[in-house]
Amino acid sequence: MTRALINVPAKAKRGDIIEIKTLISHPMESGYRVGTNGQMIPRDIIHRFVCTYNGDEVFRAELSPAIAANPFISFFTVATESGSIAFEWAGDNGFAASERADITIE
Amino acid sequence: MIEGPRRWCFLAAIGFAVVAAAQAGEIPASDRRTDYQLMSPELRQMQDDDTVNPGMLWVLDGEALWERKEGSQGKSCADCHGGAAASMKGVAARYPTIDPKLGQPIDLEGRINACRTVHQGAPPLDFESKELLALTVYVARQSKGLPIDIPDNPATARFVDAGRSIFERRQGQLNLSCAQCHDDNWGQKLAGATIPQGHPNGYPVYRLEWQSLGSLQRRLRNCLFGMRAEPYAYGASEMTELELFLAWRARGLAIETPAVRP
Repeated sequence: MTRALINVPAKAKRGDIIEIKTLISHPMESGYRVGTNGQMIPRDIIHRFVCTYNGDEVFRAELSPAIAANPFISFFTVATESGSIAFEWAGDNGFAASERADITIE
Repeated sequence: MIEGPRRWCFLAAIGFAVVAAAQAGEIPASDRRTDYQLMSPELRQMQDDDTVNPGMLWVLDGEALWERKEGSQGKSCADCHGGAAASMKGVAARYPTIDPKLGQPIDLEGRINACRTVHQGAPPLDFESKELLALTVYVARQSKGLPIDIPDNPATARFVDAGRSIFERRQGQLNLSCAQCHDDNWGQKLAGATIPQGHPNGYPVYRLEWQSLGSLQRRLRNCLFGMRAEPYAYGASEMTELELFLAWRARGLAIETPAVRP
């Protein structure tokens, strides 16, 4: 079960700078650890996060093995028009998750 | 044999030591404080904001599990208990409690597993499994903000005393007791970290060091390991007695589940 928590303000004024916060459940296994059986635990991380605002990319992050489990990403953008903000995470072993949130511009 | 004034000095010193030992021990209600108050502003913010607190990911899982039908009876938690917001409110504040059938203390994890085997006809969940943590944190969260309330009755007192004796017992290669740090020296430094009073009011907690949610029993095993003592097994009677004593020792503190701890 992949769970994600998204915090986008439901309403904003045109031109406002808004903060967007995202949190997703993921082990972010670095690939450098040894399990109790003595074998290396294979890498399993999210490597890319993209946020689009009405289809336009506004934020992108490349994640690395040094990032802790359940990565929390927070960033700012300018509220331009009403619509939807979409989030996508992609990672090892075909991991893919997506979320969206609506925003109304007053 | 010590004679004269020196002897009185010696006896006075012993008397003083006995009084000091009697005063150490329980933390009075006015000094009782949650470990939250020792954390940095950033960590407090992380705990307080439900869209930032990683423990909420498990709460969401628990909410889904609450509705899922399980076992040979094909019943979900909700089929008997209804909505958790009403039926589970205040429950975590009273746990561990004395189970009348077992005649022993039982913690939330134990109760959830007992419910599964007796009422749902399902196998018990493993300790520290994602599902058991999710259900426990979901149930405990319904009591957020309510004060821990362990009843004062003889049946409970017997096990509180058993837990206290474990808490005060020196053990391990370092020959330490829990009380030596958490009763006698809370607020002092152990290397770079401030020694907390060690209250159980935020469990299960999201611990940054674990990068995961974890139970109180996991934390206790962690502490015992640090004392170089042999940790009690998950579900051992010593564990529930210790958990009950800790809850009793923290009476009045508000439940913070899911708390975030460094």
